[in-house]
Amino acid sequence: MKSRLDPGRIGLALVAPVLALVFAVAIAVVVLVISGYSPLDTIKQMVDYASQPRTQALIVNTATYYYLSAVAVAIGFKMNLFNIGVDGQYRLAALAAAAIGGNVALPGPINIVLMILVAMAVGAMWSGIAGLLRAWRGVSEVISTIMLNAISTAIIAYLLRPGRLAVQTQGSNNIGTKPIPKSSQVPGIPLIPDAGMKVFGLIIVAIGVGVGYSVLLNRTVFGFDLRATGWSQTAAVASGVDVKKMLVVAMLLSGAVAGLVGMPQLLGQSYSYSLDFPTGLGFTGIAIALLGRNHPVGIAFGALLWAFLDQSSQILDLEGVPKEIVTIIQGATVLSVVIAYELVRRYRLVQEQRNVGKALGETSEPPVVSSGATA
Amino acid sequence: MSAITSTDTSPAPAGRSEGKRASRTSLRFIALAVLGLIVLLSVVRQVSGATDLTAAGAISAALALAVPIAMAGLGGLWSERAGVVNIGLEGMMILGTWGAGWAGYQWGPWAGLVAAIIFGAIGGLLHAIATVIFTVDHIVSGVAINILALGATQYLSKALFEGKPGGSTKQSPPVHDMGRFSVPGIGDPLGSLERHHWFLVSDVAGILRGLLTNLSWITILAILLFPLTYWVLWRTAFGLRLRSCGESPVAAESLGINVYRTKIVAVVVSGGLAGIGGAALALAASNFYQEGQTGGRGYIGLAAMIFGNWRPGLLAAGSGLFGFSDALQLRGGGSVHALLLLVAIVVVLVGLWQLYRRRVAQGIIAVASGVIVLVYYLVSDEVPAELTGAVPYVTTLLVLALASQRLRMPAADGLAYRRGQGS
Amino acid sequence: MPAAVTEAGPAPVSGGGQIAVQLQGITKRFPGVVANRDVNITVRRGSVHAIVGENGAGKSTLMKILYGMQRPDEGTISIDGRPLTLATPSDAIDAGIGMVHQHFMLADNFTVLENVVLGSEPTKTGGRIDFDTARERIRSISDSYGLDVRPDALVADLGVGDRQRVEILKVLYRGARILILDEPTAVLVPQEVRRLFGAIKELTGEGFTVIFISHHLDEVLEIADEITVIRRGETVATVLPRDVTASQLAELMVGSELPSPETRESTVTDRVVLEGRGLTVVDADGREVVKDVDLTIHAGEVLGIAGVEGNGQTQLVEAIVGMLPLVGGRLELDGTDITGWGTRKCRELGVGFIPEDRGRHGLLLEAPLWENRILGHQTEKPNSRGVWIDRRGARSSTDQIVDEYDVRTPGIDVTANSLSGGNQQKFIVGREMSGSPKLLVAAHPTRGVDVGAQAAIWEHIRRARRDGLAVLLISADLDELIGLSDTIKVMLRGRLVADADPATVTPEQLGSAMTGAGSVDEPAAPAPDPVAQRLATPDADAPGAAAADVVQEPSQPGPNASGESL
Repeated sequence: MKSRLDPGRIGLALVAPVLALVFAVAIAVVVLVISGYSPLDTIKQMVDYASQPRTQALIVNTATYYYLSAVAVAIGFKMNLFNIGVDGQYRLAALAAAAIGGNVALPGPINIVLMILVAMAVGAMWSGIAGLLRAWRGVSEVISTIMLNAISTAIIAYLLRPGRLAVQTQGSNNIGTKPIPKSSQVPGIPLIPDAGMKVFGLIIVAIGVGVGYSVLLNRTVFGFDLRATGWSQTAAVASGVDVKKMLVVAMLLSGAVAGLVGMPQLLGQSYSYSLDFPTGLGFTGIAIALLGRNHPVGIAFGALLWAFLDQSSQILDLEGVPKEIVTIIQGATVLSVVIAYELVRRYRLVQEQRNVGKALGETSEPPVVSSGATA
Repeated sequence: MSAITSTDTSPAPAGRSEGKRASRTSLRFIALAVLGLIVLLSVVRQVSGATDLTAAGAISAALALAVPIAMAGLGGLWSERAGVVNIGLEGMMILGTWGAGWAGYQWGPWAGLVAAIIFGAIGGLLHAIATVIFTVDHIVSGVAINILALGATQYLSKALFEGKPGGSTKQSPPVHDMGRFSVPGIGDPLGSLERHHWFLVSDVAGILRGLLTNLSWITILAILLFPLTYWVLWRTAFGLRLRSCGESPVAAESLGINVYRTKIVAVVVSGGLAGIGGAALALAASNFYQEGQTGGRGYIGLAAMIFGNWRPGLLAAGSGLFGFSDALQLRGGGSVHALLLLVAIVVVLVGLWQLYRRRVAQGIIAVASGVIVLVYYLVSDEVPAELTGAVPYVTTLLVLALASQRLRMPAADGLAYRRGQGS
Repeated sequence: MPAAVTEAGPAPVSGGGQIAVQLQGITKRFPGVVANRDVNITVRRGSVHAIVGENGAGKSTLMKILYGMQRPDEGTISIDGRPLTLATPSDAIDAGIGMVHQHFMLADNFTVLENVVLGSEPTKTGGRIDFDTARERIRSISDSYGLDVRPDALVADLGVGDRQRVEILKVLYRGARILILDEPTAVLVPQEVRRLFGAIKELTGEGFTVIFISHHLDEVLEIADEITVIRRGETVATVLPRDVTASQLAELMVGSELPSPETRESTVTDRVVLEGRGLTVVDADGREVVKDVDLTIHAGEVLGIAGVEGNGQTQLVEAIVGMLPLVGGRLELDGTDITGWGTRKCRELGVGFIPEDRGRHGLLLEAPLWENRILGHQTEKPNSRGVWIDRRGARSSTDQIVDEYDVRTPGIDVTANSLSGGNQQKFIVGREMSGSPKLLVAAHPTRGVDVGAQAAIWEHIRRARRDGLAVLLISADLDELIGLSDTIKVMLRGRLVADADPATVTPEQLGSAMTGAGSVDEPAAPAPDPVAQRLATPDADAPGAAAADVVQEPSQPGPNASGESL
């Protein structure tokens, strides 16, 4: 898949997510029928709503930050690190960037760059704590990032108070950071005609992150070391990878990308970090990274699918169907997609062993790793 | 999450078959530790004047708040002792709260408890199928279950609770109270003793009154589940087999043990226990299901289990600690501030112990953190309300950072196992 | 039924009347391979029946089938004359079959008792384990067969020999009458092998049946009553030990003579490549696992380290390649001080490394072969240029290795785990040799590979040595160690305690030194030959103490005698 574009292999790679999605939708259909709603109507409403240009623009915008979040998670995944803390990292990063952006009077573009850098630095710092704890104290990053998420929630609650970083938003009882000056706001791109709204300008950054992720991983020595560590930490050590350093660096990178997650929203739409800044994007990122198999293009499709489900379901409440049906679809997709990938992996392994056996003539020696052979 | 945590070279805690001497020593140790903690609490109460530290109300609240965490942790213990990492406890707990609310408002609290167990167990079964049969990464499956549980309960609430009397899209109609239990005849005398604020005596009275009166039945059930778990896992044949799946599934299978079945049973039990934790929230701590009621306690339970070193006794202690800090925070006042003093003293003591054991780096870090906390205690009058919520999480991180090297998880915990994998 | 036996007919064994195990027409296929094809074996009760064949010939698969861990695709199994279906190990255990696996199946964090009773626990009412009864029973079995097993010891604290006896006890505890021993001698020194054989004789004397899997022909000829030879998954002959010689058996086993590791002319130069002084390594608990080790390897020299597994060889190797930190000592490679260097820098300077566990340390099993070419040489040509991976360079170099080292693979895009062990190992050897290293650190370079691959790997090492390579060789295969090495040092409890001359030393003498039994307190004791003399003299800075504290039979006068007594 990485080196040769073999149609058979790509087809096999697509089988798993498609099957999983079909399975998840089937579950949703059953749930809808049981609770007395018409599945066909529900799906039709979602599709109709999603075919409106405005919804499409919303889908692209949502997919933009989902994509960033999923890439942040995927960097960790590639070396078997579970950065569950993307959620806390991006929120803290966005708050810091918003506070800087609203209070520093630099010329527009420089201020934008500054905010982005601050966001990346804060995200990296927050994930770096987990990286250091893992590398030097052996603390599982799963637990530490969950703790750090909760701590960042508390810190944000503390800082986002009038008199600290927040001001009262005019005409509402919402509070948020001081709005970013007009000159530092990133203009949108009129990508979808007749949408009545533009697409985040920072979609460029998301695309750049995707390309960078792909190149770094597949074309550089660092990327090789990272993937080698993910495949087998012991083999990586024996090959000269400094695993401790690698753990910290991978966590820092993941956190830096996580820091970007809130930027399209902050610089392209809300212009301030307020109480209603989107939350939970980090967990969505985990799901999408799994769906997209940590592959830069796969993640893009996953992000679009997720955004489609989220945005098109907005119509359902108006029609009397609980829109949480979509969360059920999403949860079921994650679970069934990982199962489907595992089944495809086993199938492939057996297939490959058979091919090797065929190519070399049957020998009596079974392959060394029997995990696939004993199915 | 398996690779680095375990150093695996320190001898494991004394095998219980080594005889009664070991258990007697550890009993004496526990007794001493409890005594020391009570004395410490009394001192801090005297110094800081925060009477709430050992008030029966606070202790009782701490116990009630510890139960959900303890149940999640116990669930984690069952699952991880069988080799399955269970980060889906949060989701199973959510299912438990919802099941308790749904069955509870219709058929009474006891039906609610049963439904909570069943709902949690269903979550566990899902996790078991994914991880054991399909060898999906345990954490991935857990995360998926958390998402799924949240979505399912939100959907079901909208579909089933909205429009019912007292119910809404985010809340179930109220459930009748289960009733409470007190050890007869001790409440009043202990209460009057407590009001004198005598050093140590009043503290002990307060603690006892908190622990022995006005207990929810679910709390009692939870407390009983600890010795039961110990007995099952460490004394019975079934327990030995279960633990062997977490230590060396290959060896277990080679002796004819059905590893898949054992693991599935363990994870289903794990889900049921998390469900009880959910019931404690929905039936004892309040009297309805509410969205977001678990508030991450499933994760905290997992953390309590980890720094309980995958053993029930230490897990109970860890849960108690979380419950205590939660309770003080809920009751407000100066007691959280006073808790800082307690934390400072404990951390400094731990640091000194580390120095005594010649673990210089850890020792210095611990003493320094203790001193920082102490200074903060001295210069401040209160802890900002927003930050007190972070106390359990910071504590967890600190404890893990200081103690993780001494922890030993089951050798095959979190690893995929497939039938016939042994060579 | 077609007669499976091609050479010698199944001659009656003394006292052998009844048939304990009969395998008929067993065939087992895996994806891409046939592990067993129409295998027929008849084992008589009370006998030791050896099954020999080289690595990968299908012996282990066959035994897994007999133990219910794998199901045959075709064929029948009869135990004591009754045909049975063995679907799980429980079925096999119920049928009185027990298996001692090559890789021990023990939970390290359990006690011996817990490991032994697991799955067959004696219980009191309520499912409670009756620990006292179990302990009693273990003691009595241990005593009756001289197994010397302590029920309350933690398995993690036991040595290899102890673990094996626990495994045997596990089998006996379950009341097995038919014992399968899968490569039981692979990890044992000759003295422990003696002791094992003693136990086996005692067992068969009492009517137990033993199926003994091995590829060490001398051992097989010594212990077996009957020998079945398996080649490429098929039974090629069943013979009696008195009718065959080792070389005839080898001929049956691999179709030719067994390769010999023998190296003739010395190529040792006086140019020092690796110089270590006072090397000391500690484990996580601060215990010294390598203590004050001095070693020197010259260009063209193979330095062999003999030692029972777990005596610090692994740590010594890992410290030399920079995977473990040295807490003391100094390491010089070709005149450069490399003390404290990381693995990558060591490798860049010219250290090739064949790790002892290729699956864990040598390969990325799920990565394609060409990416495995890069592993360990990420920063070197032709795999990379600067920070960039050079895919084309790596791929063409992979092709080259596959050609030169005869790695049997359909291509370089298949994953490493679809290759056989022998081909994986040849690939690793090729990779580590391809950068023309100055030093090759080879830990068990031919472990678990077939004879063809073994011969090839030996030849590659010999050739590189001729070209001036310095080699540090660790091996549990004492024949390999003696055959390939120019110098042998014996490692015991983290120290180098003795030197041996490979030209004259025997495996038995090495074995004595490895267990410490060969070292005697009085150097004046008459030694049978000069080699033993050298063996008996510990290194200058380890004056007898290190060895003496582990001498198991202090009353024995010499290495050979003590060997018998074990």
